[in-house]
Amino acid sequence: MPKNPPRQVNRRELLTLGAALGTTAAAEALTRHDGMLGGPLRTYTDALPWDDGLTDAPEAAAAGDWRFLEPAEVGFLTAAVDRLIPPDPTGPSASEAGVVVFLDRQLAGEYGNGARFYLEGPWGKGTESQGYQSRFTPAEFYRHAIAAIEQAVGRSENGKAFKDVPADRQDALLKTMESGDLKLDGPITSKAFFTMFLQNVLEGYFSDPIYGGNKGGAAWKMIGFPGAHYDYSEWVTAYNKPVPVETVGLRGRAAWRRG
Amino acid sequence: MAKTMPKVDVVLVGFGWTGAILAQQLCDAGMTVVALERAAARSTPVDWATTFDQDELRYMWRHHLFQNVRYSTLTFRNNVNQTALPMRHLGSFLPGTGVGGAGIHWNAQIWRWLETDFKLKSHNEARYGKQATAGLTLQDMPLGYAELEPYYDMFDKICGTSGQAGNLKGAKQAGGNPFEAPRSAPYPTPPLPMTYGPKLFEQAAASMNLHPFPHPAGNLSQPYTNPLGVQLGKCTFCGFCEKFGCGNYSKASPQTTLIPYILTKPNFELRTEAEVLKVERTPDGRHATGVTYIDAAGNEYFQPAQIVALTAYQLHNVHLMLISGIGQPYDPATGKGIVGKNYCYQTMSSVDVFFDDKLLNPFIGAGALASVIDDYNGDNFDHSGLGFIGGAYIAGMVTGARPIEMTRVPDGVPKWGLEWKRAAAKYFLRNMSLSVHGSSYAQAGNYLSLDPTYKDQFGRPMLRMTFDFPDNDLKMAKYCTDRAAEIANKMGATHVHPKPRKGPYDITHYQTTHNVGGTMMGESPADSVVNKYSQSWDVPNLFVTGAGLYPQNPGYNPTGTLAALAFLTADAIKSQYVKAAGRPLVPA
Repeated sequence: MPKNPPRQVNRRELLTLGAALGTTAAAEALTRHDGMLGGPLRTYTDALPWDDGLTDAPEAAAAGDWRFLEPAEVGFLTAAVDRLIPPDPTGPSASEAGVVVFLDRQLAGEYGNGARFYLEGPWGKGTESQGYQSRFTPAEFYRHAIAAIEQAVGRSENGKAFKDVPADRQDALLKTMESGDLKLDGPITSKAFFTMFLQNVLEGYFSDPIYGGNKGGAAWKMIGFPGAHYDYSEWVTAYNKPVPVETVGLRGRAAWRRG
Repeated sequence: MAKTMPKVDVVLVGFGWTGAILAQQLCDAGMTVVALERAAARSTPVDWATTFDQDELRYMWRHHLFQNVRYSTLTFRNNVNQTALPMRHLGSFLPGTGVGGAGIHWNAQIWRWLETDFKLKSHNEARYGKQATAGLTLQDMPLGYAELEPYYDMFDKICGTSGQAGNLKGAKQAGGNPFEAPRSAPYPTPPLPMTYGPKLFEQAAASMNLHPFPHPAGNLSQPYTNPLGVQLGKCTFCGFCEKFGCGNYSKASPQTTLIPYILTKPNFELRTEAEVLKVERTPDGRHATGVTYIDAAGNEYFQPAQIVALTAYQLHNVHLMLISGIGQPYDPATGKGIVGKNYCYQTMSSVDVFFDDKLLNPFIGAGALASVIDDYNGDNFDHSGLGFIGGAYIAGMVTGARPIEMTRVPDGVPKWGLEWKRAAAKYFLRNMSLSVHGSSYAQAGNYLSLDPTYKDQFGRPMLRMTFDFPDNDLKMAKYCTDRAAEIANKMGATHVHPKPRKGPYDITHYQTTHNVGGTMMGESPADSVVNKYSQSWDVPNLFVTGAGLYPQNPGYNPTGTLAALAFLTADAIKSQYVKAAGRPLVPA
């Protein structure tokens, strides 16, 4: 398992973490994730198992250089996610909301590495009710699937890449992936890819902006989800009325940050 | 060579709800207790504080509080004619890992069984004839409701359960569940207030002469200090409860009710990152000497103990029994054997409900915030001529509205594209899903066993699950979902979409983490793995807790009953077993 890259700590977090930051215990917590192996055997006898001043909070993602995706993959994904969630006045398109950045960071990280998948052999084809049976990590799965899809698209669309095909043809192609009718070379079915892809796009569109998608909470604002609030007691029995709270993510409101 | 640790009275394998219950009870009785937990220590301020708990991606979809299948999974098939393949990603159920187990991310829906659920086979055969149970391998429990009631009450008081009693010592109480068995005491705290969706459900059900009542909740309606002096706070309805930890100390969990107390005990020790590989026994196999466990560095240890208690999740308890060679594994071809038999699940259905003209604000929620009816559960209604037995509670439940999981659109709208986007934006605040929480009854072909091909990270055979929904349960699901749809229509919904559970069972889509059976309790070694005190028939100093004890699953969430059974087990160890250690508490 690769270690998590060093985490950027901003001023507000520094103030929060205070003196504990920089100690050995803090460093341990920042590279630890619950549910993963590798921790030392620990014994607790006379105190609560608390480490003061530490949290196991997620890393923030921001647009920038691609960490996993190749340029051709960015082209495919940008075009495809915007057919799944197209632009219109209702709210941002998937790419406008940062979903491609989200996918890149997810595929470059724990999720893409299959940190929570069982990938050992032997590998069988399986039934639909048995679920994912690939030997690939999600990152490998995307890499193989996108290449195979572009090959198939090239054959049916006069050598064009998916991103250069008209939108109505892109929709038709995505439908053939959803149904599994688009035949791909290699071990991945178009249906298996589409299932994972649509799920990941929804994750990017609707997850906390800290992960790189849902930029500015725009997807939450579109549907009316207020985000990471702590207390709705006041509105529990305010039936059939809008709840007048601002949309907020884990990093707080933009107004709370300097610069 | 395993390092031998100092001998203790009791070693607990797994430190979730039942491990914590046994630890508290047995430490208070003066016994030395060591708990072995395979994963890490976890606590509210470090692992699910309010400052970052509301993170759907991390907790739900990236499984941060769940068992990591990379290290621990099972194989699955629908029937014996298929080849089981590994569950390579979590889906249908979400077992916990680490201190507190699934007691961290549960909804805290705290139920008791009906009196008839304890005598399921004999009751149904007496009322409907032997043909009513044909094709099912149902069994009665070896104890009745009255014997378990004091322990149900104990768990309610530990948790501070919020609710409205329907039956106090035989006297019916207005506003509670009229079908429930007698309670010795009211709920420790009053019921949660209803949000709009549950209120609409309550009004519709009442107008149909059904009997709605507030769902019993371990999400507390007011601050509470339990008998051990541990405090819980009032729920703030943040909507991140089900599948999440509670940053607010408002949800009953081992961490918020028992563990702070247990850790003050000098006769208690918790070891984390300690995975138990096997129960060790004397050469004649009749006595457990302790357990072997391994740390993350691969060092092996032997922990000797007078009593071994398997207090892990149901799937792991069954696995450890099979790996340790205790009891005869069940074989569906011959019907012989008992360990792994009667694996059951929960038959979950739903009705999606959309309102064009009502703002439900479903992001305001709690894990057990619901108005619920029990009119169609268990044998609370006449099954004559229906072609099935069992039933479901139907709940107008709103646990929150996490957008990745719960952006629902009406049937007929595509799953993506502009039409989907506009429907998602229109209905997110205007929909809810009624929960139809159905029973799951045993049949001969559903069981747990060791996989012949796949090995886990320690080289042991993986657990293999063979499961599909019995016809009886699919008929039940259809009937009860139709009843739920009637209520939805009465609620004045614009779109009502019944989703009765259909086969085949699919391990990829989340349904519920209610896996039961495989280490059944019963009257004799011929029909069960343990007696009514959860004591192994084969190895009398071995106890097994959890939902594996259920011969089938009634239409209720399992935690209330398995917690009560753990308190009963602890009582039996303290008051009876220690007087004749190593002896069976029930003659075989």
